[in-house]
Formats: sequence, structure tokens, C-alpha cells
Amino acid sequence: MPSADHRHRVRHDFLDLPLDRLTDSALQRCRDFGAEHADVRIELVTEQALTLRDGVVEGSHDGRVLGLAVRVLIDGTWGFAATSRLSTDSAVRAAEQAVRVAQVSAPLATERVQLADEPVHADAFWVSAYEHDPSAVPLVDKVEMFAGWSAALLRAAPVRHVEVAYSHAIENKHYADLAGTTTTQQRVRLHPVVTVHGADEQRNVIDSMRTLAPPVARGWEYVSEPAAGGWNWASELAQLPELLATKLAAPSVQAGQYDLVVDPSNLWLTIHESVGHATELDRALGYEANYAGTSFATWDQLGSLQYGSAAMTVTGDRTIEHGLSTIGYDDEGVQAQTWDLVRDGVFVGYQTDRSMAAKQGLGRSTGCAFADSPGHIPIQRMANVSLQPAVDGPDTDELLGGVDDGIYVLGDRSWSIDMQRFNFQFTGQRFYRIRNGRLDGQLRDAAYQATTTDFWRSLEAVGGPQTWVLGGAFNCGKAQPGQVAPVSHGCPSALFRSVSILNTRTEGGR
Amino acid sequence: MSTSLLLPHELVERALAASTADDCVVVVEDASSANLRWANNTLTTNGVSERLGVTVISLVAGTDGVAAASLTRDASEWPAIQALVAEADAAARSTGPAGDAAPLLGPAADHDWEEPAESTSVEVFTDTAAALGEALGRAGVDGRLLYGFMQHDLTTTYLGSSSGLRRRHVQPSGHIGVTGKSADLSDSAWVGQATRDFTDVDPLALDAELARRLDWGRRRVTLPAGRYDTVLPPAAVADLMIYAYWTAGARAAHDGATVFSRPGGGTRVGERISPHHVGIFSDPAYPGLGCSPFVVASASGPDVSVFDNGLPRRRADWVRDGELAALMTSRHSATVAGLPLTPGVDNLVMTVDGASGDLDDLVRGTDRGLLLTCLWYIREVDPQTLLLTGITRDGVYLVESGEVVGAVNNFRFNESPIDLLRRFGSASVTVPAFSREWGDYFPRTAMPALRVPDFNMSSVSAAS
Repeated sequence: MPSADHRHRVRHDFLDLPLDRLTDSALQRCRDFGAEHADVRIELVTEQALTLRDGVVEGSHDGRVLGLAVRVLIDGTWGFAATSRLSTDSAVRAAEQAVRVAQVSAPLATERVQLADEPVHADAFWVSAYEHDPSAVPLVDKVEMFAGWSAALLRAAPVRHVEVAYSHAIENKHYADLAGTTTTQQRVRLHPVVTVHGADEQRNVIDSMRTLAPPVARGWEYVSEPAAGGWNWASELAQLPELLATKLAAPSVQAGQYDLVVDPSNLWLTIHESVGHATELDRALGYEANYAGTSFATWDQLGSLQYGSAAMTVTGDRTIEHGLSTIGYDDEGVQAQTWDLVRDGVFVGYQTDRSMAAKQGLGRSTGCAFADSPGHIPIQRMANVSLQPAVDGPDTDELLGGVDDGIYVLGDRSWSIDMQRFNFQFTGQRFYRIRNGRLDGQLRDAAYQATTTDFWRSLEAVGGPQTWVLGGAFNCGKAQPGQVAPVSHGCPSALFRSVSILNTRTEGGR
Repeated sequence: MSTSLLLPHELVERALAASTADDCVVVVEDASSANLRWANNTLTTNGVSERLGVTVISLVAGTDGVAAASLTRDASEWPAIQALVAEADAAARSTGPAGDAAPLLGPAADHDWEEPAESTSVEVFTDTAAALGEALGRAGVDGRLLYGFMQHDLTTTYLGSSSGLRRRHVQPSGHIGVTGKSADLSDSAWVGQATRDFTDVDPLALDAELARRLDWGRRRVTLPAGRYDTVLPPAAVADLMIYAYWTAGARAAHDGATVFSRPGGGTRVGERISPHHVGIFSDPAYPGLGCSPFVVASASGPDVSVFDNGLPRRRADWVRDGELAALMTSRHSATVAGLPLTPGVDNLVMTVDGASGDLDDLVRGTDRGLLLTCLWYIREVDPQTLLLTGITRDGVYLVESGEVVGAVNNFRFNESPIDLLRRFGSASVTVPAFSREWGDYFPRTAMPALRVPDFNMSSVSAAS
């Protein structure tokens, strides 16, 4: 997959930087100090954010973060330093600072860090799959398109206000380490989100409805070319006013136990929280205990924990086309891979970086090291974690048909899970009543709440490949200092039996 | 002259001079940071960083209004900044009019405008790290596991405008948080503290408090979900009130979308929301919580405007004597909502008139109830009531006859901080507080402890 053919697609203003001179200078300085490992990253992250309210520009910002980071391992202790100043002197100084930080830290380090072996990948290039660089599209063209969307929506009752939030990122990384790996990569992602707001004056109800179009690692074609892998924006936007009207008029849910059919637009986030984070080895070993938390999926249960029903097979990957976590090589020079996390309901794998893999004797890292900027040290971050569909499995209507009295949920909204990934609560954009296998109108004020293993063990069936959608988010948070990471989660529609549904108004004491 | 030797204020002046837009704002942020992180009684990661960020906001008047373009780059060399200015000017000329357009603020200059930036380094931890090493060793001997993080940031901001603003602010920020666990990982406790320079941080004292709390956990009590008489320490109150503050924007309230909206239209400003004499305010000059006395905005939003850059931030009373007194506004959203101009400030203080005593006094006054440590993974469930869900974390304790008698399982809660202002029964005096959930990003808070007679623990969590 990654090949030198990708070289010509890397943006020139990044390749024009003195990449080799800077990395060579820093690595040589690390070598002078006797480092057993050192790596240097030069990163350029270009981001754009644009918001419109009722068709008028509310805010726009165009940011470009450029810097150099040195990570050094001396006598088993990490040292890290970063600078936004890109000169040879600054690179050498950063290397010296990283060494100094390692030296200052050494008295606190009672455990020697080791790294899992990885083959050397020399002079490797990789560019994500996209057609049109979104940064090449003039801002005025984006404003014109989104203003047009907004104007059409504002003409439809019960829409009072329309918000459009657009963002894209182009991430360039050049990595070099003492072992001889050198990678240069580029990936692109974007996400337009449209939200309509409306009210039912007589019932004093105000609510919103948001597009379900997921963030993707694609270019501007995602917005402009539905026929070429893009989203069918015209169709989804046209449905929003009626969906909002129905939601405003919907009855409040009766709390209780319901069978639940979960659409991929909602299930991706449940997978993210209850499987993705729970199968991170650094969490399981306590490295996030002071912040993001640990995991109920402890090391001693690897290979034996019945995570879910036999219908549950979950993979980790950094390879799927258009995945937000997809990359050629991670931020430790490890080539991207695909592996199982849960197979036929049994917990069988972790996501790892090189130090976690070495610590547990796993042989090779799964390639999950990532830093969100040149100012941050790479840590173990999430791969694309996806629930696999059933070969020849049912479509969503067939899943709904198997429910006499239940609820169907689409789109994510509120989410929360505890620090060991046991107890979670999710809401959604739309909840529908299911009666006798058919949808029977929307419901309001619903949330589903469960314990992770109870929930996944209640999984009766997953849909077929025709129901499978790649969802995700740009902003998965973890670590101290805090870092955000983009990640995708693919999943089919799925049927869960007897899940606890709350009424959020009752929960609020109303 | 070597352009790399330009001081930050000189970069601002040259960028302003280079702009061909009708108006221009330039912000230079010179930031440095240092951190140490540990887990399982050993250091894990660390780092130092330095960054020079330049934001250029170009404003161009057209027939339909004033367009704004805001671009930020990591850059320190003049050619790159010169290119940034040209890019921002061009972008403003190709963008539609901004909805929040307003005249830039008039001239104002800080006396230290030409001073160089201040910076931090890993040496700021010298004394604290030595004590931390001792604490880690002691914890290991005693069978405790410590996990934690400390960070120090120093950011010097220079803000200049074509209208004559020359503002400079130095912002120190720091914090330490430590989680302690029993050797079998069945019990967990947490302490956290904000600081400006680490001279007031005592890792050995923090470890001693963790040891005390873990000792409370020697007796385990299992309780079901339900509504409990609950004592929230200042950290947990900060967890909730910071979220309430972030949702206290005038524009969304005016739209009818938040708990601060009045049914039928308008906002609830002027309405009594608590029967208690509660005050919630922000003040850039609050002792120990000092923060920028002027607005710095790289992008406009519902209640923030790039046109307001340099606008003075003063004390803002959000809740005064139990009455909702103000909502966050930009000049634009203040006009839209028909409210006074009260820009957001980077700190938050809550007081209760007549409150006395401290957290321990609230515990002593509790016949049977819960004492929390902090809250986690707080997310909004219903914006119109500000119903929040989240999890209790790292220590829920059973109080009987005024004393802690054991540790309880964790719970998922569903509660509205605004409703809690109505329902709390008693409060302690206000003390510095560090939010577990938001403190890494919003460390400057002072809160009372609160005792709530019927806190809604929606379900049990098996997390320890």
C-alpha cells in the first residue's frame, strides 16, 4: 500500500521545508548524548473552520501549526521537546532540551521504557485517498454553497434558524528515527454539519435536528460530488425540516426496557466509547488512570472475557480507505495494520504502541502511536475500531421486523461513560417507536443506559454489509497534556434486546 | 537587522504596517510549557515546548458590510509573517460581510507593551519533582499506586490593532492532579490543585490526603441508585458550574435554546433562579485567579467577536443574590439579545452569603449521606433544563452521624447545575477549587462545597 508513488502528491510547501537537514541535525545531537532511541517529527497541520448562522458568516478561522518535535530515550527514560522555530539551531536546541528533560525526569522513573521492534521503513511516502484538496476551494465558494443550503432550509417550516459548521484539516508529517525509518505522509479530512432549530409554540418545545453525514478522510468531493463518493446532501437536507417537525410534535418516551435497533449513525459512538477506549492497552495498564481512565478489559482477561454475544466481531485497523485514523505509518514508524479486538464475542486483542507492546511481550506494536500536533508527545491513540457486519445479514428493515415493541435510534447527540468503560448513557438525534416490526413515529426525551458487557451480550443480530457505514469524529480526547485525535468507526445496523431506556425529563425531576 | 531577533511587539507593529486591509488586528502569542506525567509510581511521559503563534485579522469594508478574515500561523520569521498578512488581506477581500461587524476599539496601550515575552521550563518543577519522587517512594512502600500529571504554562500575548490598541498580558497557568489507588486497584482517590508557579504545591501533603481517603475505603459499602443527601466538594461544584458558565451565552438564550431562555421569548436575566443568596461572577483581578483583562478572539462565535479584540474585561456578575444578572455577550450578541455588554472572562467564582465553615463542617452536619470527590465525563442531555449526565469518580464516601464511615460504589448522575442552585441546602465558604473534568483547560475557579438533599444518582457504575 504505501509507496513512493505517493511522493508526488505531498504538498510542495511541506516538501520544500529542509526536512532532512532539520531531522539529521536533531538526531545527530541525540546520538551525541548516547540515546538508545530518538525520533524527530516535523509537522504541518492546516485547519479551517467556518460557521454560518442563517446563511451569514458567523466566524471563520484558518490555522496552520508548524513545528518540530524531538523524542529521545536515554537510559530507559523519555525526554521530549518541541519548537515552532524551524532552523538547524532550533532543531539542535530541541534535541538538547529533550535530553535535559530526560535527565531531570530520570530520578522519578523506576521502570525502564523499552520499544517493540519494527522493521526499518526507509524513505516511505503515503498520502490518504482524496480527490480535491479542500484548502484549494476558495472560502467564498464554501460560503456561497452553505448560504444556499441555509436559505432553502429557512424557507421550510418549522425551521427558525440554521447553523452550518464546516471544518477541514490537512495533516503533514515527516518522521525520522535513529534506526533509519523515514516517513513523509499527508492526510485530508473534512466535516460539514448542518443543524436546524425550530419550536412548537403551543407545547413550548424547542429542539434541533442535525445532519447524520459523518466526518470522513476525503476531499471536497465529499461535499460537491455525491456521485463520486460524496454524501447525498440534497437528500438529507431536504428531509431535515419534516424530521424536526415530527420530533417537535413527538410524545415523551415511557421509561422502561425496550428492544433497541441502533443505526450506524448512533452505534459508531457507542463502539468508540465502550469498545474502542476499553481495548487500549495503555488504559488497561493504568497509564491514563489520572485522566481518561482505565479499562474493565484487563490484561488477565485477554482471550477469555465474553465481551458480547457471538454476533460481535470488532476489528482495529489503520488501513481502511477514508478512515480518519488511517495512515501509512504511525508516529513511531510502525506500519499500519488490521487485527481483531473481539472475535465472535470474545475479547482477543488490544491496541498498542511500541512501549506498551514491549511491556507486555506482544512482539510488534499494532501501530497506534499518534501526536495531534508537533507540540505533543506521541501516545497510544485509537485505531479505526469497527463492528463487522454479518455476511448475507439482514437489512435494517428486516432487523426492525424482528421487534414487536421497541425503539430505533439514529444519530448521536449526548454521550457519557465511566472511567473504566462500564456504565454508559447515550441519546440520539431521532428515536422512533417500533411496534409489530414497523416504525410508529418519533419519541422525545429518550436516552439508553447500560453496562458495556450487558449491552454487547444482548446483541442479537447485526445487519449485513449493505447496512454498514463508516462514522466517526475529529475530536476524541485523551492524555495529559490533552490531545485530540480523529477516528472512524464502521458498523452495521444492530439489534439489542431489553435495553434500559430513560426519560430525560423524568431524570431531571420534571 | 535579523528578523529572527524581532521582539513580539515589533512583529505586531511590522505586521500592522504591512497590511493593506481597511483595518487589521494582529495577535502574537509567545507560549512555553513544561509537563511531567506518572503512573504506577513511575514517570511515564514529559515534555517542554515553545511556540510563537501569529494571528492576523484583516477587515475590509464593502458595499454590504465589513468582511473579516482570521488566519493563524506558527511563525517567527518576518517573511512568513509578511506572507500571512498578505494572505489574510486577500481572504478578507473574498469573503462575505460578517454578521458581527463593529468598529474596532479605540487606542489604548499597556505600559509593558515593549517588554519581551516570559517563558517557563522544566526547571519550574525542580523542588516539586524532588518531593514527588519522595512521595512516589513512600507510596510504593505503603502499598499505594500513584498516577498523576503536572503542567506549567506561560503565555505572553501581544494584541495590536490599526485603531491604536497595544495590549500585553502574561498568563501563568499550572496544575497538579494525583490519583491514588490501593494495591489491588479496588479503591481510588484523587486530589488536584491549580497553581501559578508551583511554589505552593506540596506533593507529600497531597499524597498524605490520598492515603487518608484510601484508608476510608477499607470499609466498602454497596448502595443502589436513588436520590441521596450529598455533599459536593468545591472541585465537584466547579465541575458543574464551569459547564453552566460555558452555556451562559446570550445568543442561544435569546434563541430560546437554553436553560437561560424565558418561555415565550427573551432571556431569564433578572429572574431569581435560587432562593439562596448565591453569587456567581468572573473577575480578571480576583486574587490568585488573575487572567487577561481584555478580549482576545481569533474567531467569532455566538458570543465572541473578532471585532471586540482588546475590549476590556471587568468583573461580571452572572448571578447576583440568587438572581440571573447577566449572560456572556459580544457587542453584537448584546445588541441582538438586548442585554448589557458582558464579555466572558477566564475565571469563575461562586459565593453563598451567610455560608460558613468548610467541607468537613458540611460532612459533620450530615446525618446519613454521600461525600463525593469529583465528577467525570459530564455531558449535556437537555439544553433547555441544562440536565447533565456524568459519573462520580475516585471516591464516593458514606457519611453517617457526621463522619465518613466507608467508601461507596460509583454512580451515574443526571442533574442540572441550575436546578441545584435552587435545591442545595447548605454551603461552605468559598475556596480555590480545581475541576477534575475541566481544570486542565479552565483552572481558575473558586467554589464553595454544597450539600444537596436529593442528588439524583441514576444508576450504579461498577467502576472503581
